[in-house]
Amino acid sequence: MFKKLKVLLLFLPVALHGQIYFPNNESTQVQTTKNQAFTNCKVYTGNGQLLENATILVSDGIIKAVGQNLSVPKNYLVEDLQGLSVYPSFIDIYSNFGISKPNSNYRNSPVYDLPAKGFYWNDNIKAHQQAVSLFNFDSERAESFLKNGFSTVVTHQRDGIVRGTGAAISLLLENSAKRILNPKSATFYSFDRSVAAIQSYPSSLMGSIALLRQFYNDAIWAKNNGIQDADLQAFNEQLSLPKIFEVRDHQSALRALKLHQEFGFQTIVKTSGTDYLILDDLKKTQSAVITSLAFPEAYDVSDANLANQIDFSDLLYWNQAPANAASLAKNNIPFAFTLADLKKTDEFRANVQKAILYGLSPDKALEALTTTPAKLVGLDSKMGSIAVGKQANFIVANGPLFTPETVWYETYTQGVPYVLADRKQIDIRGTYKLSMNNQEFTVKITGTTAAAQSEVTDLAGVKYNSKLSYSRDRLQLLLKPADSLTTNFNRLSANVVNAENIAGTAVLLDNKTVPFTLQKTAAAEKATPEKAPKPYEVLPARFPNGAYGLANKATKEDLLFKNATVWTNEKEGILVQTDVLVSNGKIKAVGKNLAAGTAKVIDATGKHLTSGIIDEHSHIAISSGVNEAGHNSSAEVSIQDVVDATDLNIYLNLSGGVTTSQLLHGSANPIGGKSAIIKLKWGENAANLLFPNQPGFIKFALGENVKQSNWGIQNPSRYPQSRMGVEQTFAYYFDKAVAYKKEWADYRASKSKGLAPRKDAELETLVEILDGKRFITCHSYVQSEILMLMNLAEKYNFRVNTFTHILEGYKVADEMKKHGAAASTFSDWWAYKFEVNDAIPYNGALMHKQGVLVGFNSDDAEMSRRLNQEAAKAVKYGGVSEEDAWKFVTLNPAKMLHIDDRVGSIKVGKDADLVLWSENPLSVYAKAEKTLIDGTIYFDREQAEKLRLQMHADKGKIFSQLLEEKNKGMITIPPKKTEPKHYHCDTLEP
Amino acid sequence: MKKLTLYISLFTLAFFTAQAQPAPKQSESILITNAIIHTGTLQVIESGAVGFDNGKITYVGAANSAPKNSFKKVIDAKGSHIYPGFIATNSTLGLLEIDAVKASDDMAEIGKYNPNVRSIIAFNTESKVIETAKQNGILLAQITPRDGRISGKSSIVNLDSWHWREAVINEDEGLHINFPRTFGRDWSDGSGKLSVAKDYDKQVAELENYLKIGIAYQNQTNEQENEPYFAIANWFKNGGTLYIHANEAQQMTDAVLMANRLNIKKIVLVGASDADQITDLLQKYQVSVLIERVHSLISHDTDPVEKPYAMPAILRKAGIIVALENSSEMERMNTRNLPFMAGTAAGFGLSKEEALQLITLHAAKILGIDNQYGSLEVGKSATLLVSTGDALDMRGNNITQAFIDGRSIDLQTHQTKLYEKYKTKYQQ
Repeated sequence: MFKKLKVLLLFLPVALHGQIYFPNNESTQVQTTKNQAFTNCKVYTGNGQLLENATILVSDGIIKAVGQNLSVPKNYLVEDLQGLSVYPSFIDIYSNFGISKPNSNYRNSPVYDLPAKGFYWNDNIKAHQQAVSLFNFDSERAESFLKNGFSTVVTHQRDGIVRGTGAAISLLLENSAKRILNPKSATFYSFDRSVAAIQSYPSSLMGSIALLRQFYNDAIWAKNNGIQDADLQAFNEQLSLPKIFEVRDHQSALRALKLHQEFGFQTIVKTSGTDYLILDDLKKTQSAVITSLAFPEAYDVSDANLANQIDFSDLLYWNQAPANAASLAKNNIPFAFTLADLKKTDEFRANVQKAILYGLSPDKALEALTTTPAKLVGLDSKMGSIAVGKQANFIVANGPLFTPETVWYETYTQGVPYVLADRKQIDIRGTYKLSMNNQEFTVKITGTTAAAQSEVTDLAGVKYNSKLSYSRDRLQLLLKPADSLTTNFNRLSANVVNAENIAGTAVLLDNKTVPFTLQKTAAAEKATPEKAPKPYEVLPARFPNGAYGLANKATKEDLLFKNATVWTNEKEGILVQTDVLVSNGKIKAVGKNLAAGTAKVIDATGKHLTSGIIDEHSHIAISSGVNEAGHNSSAEVSIQDVVDATDLNIYLNLSGGVTTSQLLHGSANPIGGKSAIIKLKWGENAANLLFPNQPGFIKFALGENVKQSNWGIQNPSRYPQSRMGVEQTFAYYFDKAVAYKKEWADYRASKSKGLAPRKDAELETLVEILDGKRFITCHSYVQSEILMLMNLAEKYNFRVNTFTHILEGYKVADEMKKHGAAASTFSDWWAYKFEVNDAIPYNGALMHKQGVLVGFNSDDAEMSRRLNQEAAKAVKYGGVSEEDAWKFVTLNPAKMLHIDDRVGSIKVGKDADLVLWSENPLSVYAKAEKTLIDGTIYFDREQAEKLRLQMHADKGKIFSQLLEEKNKGMITIPPKKTEPKHYHCDTLEP
Repeated sequence: MKKLTLYISLFTLAFFTAQAQPAPKQSESILITNAIIHTGTLQVIESGAVGFDNGKITYVGAANSAPKNSFKKVIDAKGSHIYPGFIATNSTLGLLEIDAVKASDDMAEIGKYNPNVRSIIAFNTESKVIETAKQNGILLAQITPRDGRISGKSSIVNLDSWHWREAVINEDEGLHINFPRTFGRDWSDGSGKLSVAKDYDKQVAELENYLKIGIAYQNQTNEQENEPYFAIANWFKNGGTLYIHANEAQQMTDAVLMANRLNIKKIVLVGASDADQITDLLQKYQVSVLIERVHSLISHDTDPVEKPYAMPAILRKAGIIVALENSSEMERMNTRNLPFMAGTAAGFGLSKEEALQLITLHAAKILGIDNQYGSLEVGKSATLLVSTGDALDMRGNNITQAFIDGRSIDLQTHQTKLYEKYKTKYQQ
């Protein structure tokens, strides 16, 4: 209460301009002067200019003039800022100021149907939402901004996928029309569901991306065809506003940029503070970022056992994050700071100082808080610098703004001051002689003017308990002997006029009132400046930035493998004592006694060389959800949108000789999502992992998972619930696809173009299937459903490319052969659910003998790095020859994926995706020694050990930094561990 | 290829003649000769023979010095390998048939302290999954309950019997504890990250106290008073083994010291993925280890990429008795891959014969049945198998014959029958 009062009092002289039309029920409104002059100050204009001894003239909250040798006109209230500095005050364009989070609408059981009320079909899309109408000025929060030097925020509803518009708000504590600077400053987006959304869709990151993509396409369609839809219309009306996209990590930043690039949208990315991992992409796309000032907290690593649980990537993040802003600046990427992620707003100054300590220049820090954010949201004509015509938004301080010792006195917002510290207060620091009631004491006053502290002794040196409070030149001192048992104090108070000689009255313990004097005997001791803290060594980012990340990305080499046993997978079969030459990423020659030329020679005597293993069914390297479980058809989603290039399983797979994986959508839906075929190029980003020009695949599923058999009895909600319904689900969607195809064909054929049909990403995908341009990999178990899908496909005139799992394939192998479907199965899995009761390990062999193209897959991050052992089980169960068994995990999956022209065998001209094995790869004792993709060694057993040792050395460094942090008394948090996510077909959690 | 044809024809013969039922007692003495014998004691007899009568081994040695005439039946193994029967420790075979079918699940009881729960009475000898384990040479198993702080008691069985009373080798031999974890899930910031379990010390103290009370019940007489505590008392009195399921170094250290304070003589760590960090302690207290499934991913991101493959060798080199266990996802059906896990371990620092001990002699030692099982030695039980090739390698593991206590057991399974059925279909 006292604080607020103080603020109001200080405002009185200047706070009332320009608001005359706002009704006032208290008194006759008097307009004091609108004109302010700030003289004798050092002005950092924010345009790189420094004006010594300058004057700023402000009228009605707007800067009228700024410069040296300005004369102050009449009618100006003069503030003498002798010896002080003025900086532009700050702007936070990523805030939810004054907007409360919506209530959660969490439902226990999934909601598939549309609950939206006339808006867009999905309730995560709220383009119509306007921050300005949700906004309630929150004075307390406004003060917390003002205290940290902020005059302006752009606020929005920080919830949901499409969040609508944000409003620019001036932080004027007094109600005024000047508060709302711009009701529509920017539009806001994220991949995260709204807590208020009822619909289950989207349940995954890839679902969010597909939803946004569909929404943007719908907006184009709505615009061109005059479609009525409040959200689509609102979005189209807001097209010219800046688009701000919040993401959770650096890979999602790239996803947001890519998605928006598809539609030609320039994007400002609100990142999580790991921008240093994507500098090149930010430069390439010329994107600006709003970056977090919330640095990760230090871990308490004093318990070595517990400390070992912390992921290496989390340790690196702690070490590297403070240097994030510096690397953005160094790379000339425009960036703004936000307070949004800070746990406490008051961490702001310390964290900016930390960023500066780690290499950010103070000028760049100021830019990130002023000119850059202003420019990003088009407020730069109004603010960001101290210049004529702009708002009088500035900070008054007594030194360099971001130096820890500097005191910030006021934040001016449109000429209205908010006082952080009373600059006019008399400095009473020093040593005094206190005379009171015929006694003398020594009083030492230290601390800052704003927070003065006292130390009192009598002449005998006996210490007295004392408590000093000092503000608005009014001093109050409580005093009693340290050993006194009384709970009462001597209470001294005085109004300070002259710090050399202070006089006041004291109320003694016996309630007697007497005068006292404080006579200065010595000036304040100069505080020894605190030793400037030193930054810790920042470890370089790795590719990827975590365990087994590479110091430098791996590069192509020309290599000659000498004297290997070569499993060609071609008609040549297995060749002994043979050389393989790799050049420019391709297999250049296979033969005896090849000349090395410039190629590096690798002695492969006694070793086996094969083409890389191809895992047709994998769920590694996927971010935030393997199933889009919000609909029973999700043909619009694509794993390609959510490839996680940082997943350690990529490296672990390489250690088992895997070079290519098909990352499949899960099996929650009859019609799942599109796949990503990737090459396991460890260290590259997601885009570079994608197999170039890959054929399109989609995951279908049958049986227990799609009919939700193992969901428990409380969820019998979604169609289908039986194998009968599964057939009808497919028929329903393919009928729709046929109609959709015809609608478009008719539209294209018609001369008079009427309304264009809507582009539907889901149906487009199904049409690709009908047209034979996209292939199906179908999760399947029992013979009845296998026959059903082949029948259905034949009816719609397409072919089921691959049945995956297909554990009863052996019962209908002849039918599969007739249809032309391939089988990608497990070597020996069974007994995990009812529908695999008749699964037998002879399945692969039986189908193979019937002429079906057979492969073994993993569906499991652990098994995928032992697929060579799994292949050997085809020899054990059913007597497949070793050469053919090996093809089960190499050439045959390549054929299924229609990539056998490039990978799957050792043949001149094919990609040099090779594995050097310590012995016959089907042996249980075999180890992959080197794994190559496109002629680049991505795994090498010796290098792995070196990487490990380096990692442990780095860990040691970070641990000692963390221990030092703890010893310094900084706050630490207990160790945490990020559990690796291992997706399976039926994993529903993102 | 020849071998394979032979195998298939033998196999087909078996299919049409034998009955899929538990084998009767050994009725005549048998000598299997011309085999490569892996004794389980690190010895390999290149051209050897094993003879047995009345369920007991009477001869192990060179083929040419075997007293052929004293055996009723002589089998020419034609260069096949003979191994001691493989042992699945910490197994739930016969307690759960199909993972997703709750009705088939008898693997765990609710509640925290269940020392009185006994796995043996739920053990289904008729399980189809067990057939597939036998087919690859797994002939003995420790049937173990799951969950809770104290899961209950395990028993050791052979895998070829009419019912559990016949199957049991050692009833209620082990008490199983899931030791409190130093790390728990923290949802306070929505991350669900594993973080330091705040009540870890409290949980440990509670467990220790529970065991202490149980052990003190040795002096009580009225068993009706408290089944759980008496279950502990009886197990303790009989010198039972304490199986501590734990993985983190801190957990395991606390567990071993606790067991020592309680004067528990035989301690086995189960899982123990970080056991390499505390080998000195394990040696000092003579703790043996059932190491986590070899075919696992690493549990810390900075571990050597194949650490679980190498753990058996690391522990063995540190002088610790180690055997394999296989608990995890789909553990029952995966039992048949136990030999290949031993094989994988052999690729990472063990000799093949050392690797064999992971599922034979050392498993028997840890389970306390090595006086009868685990190796091919005169006087021990004739529990053994004949494989046409290296049984630790997928390509060599072709079990043509197996014996439990001298009984020649049927190796047909639900799966081999379906295989034959559909082979026939496609021949028609």
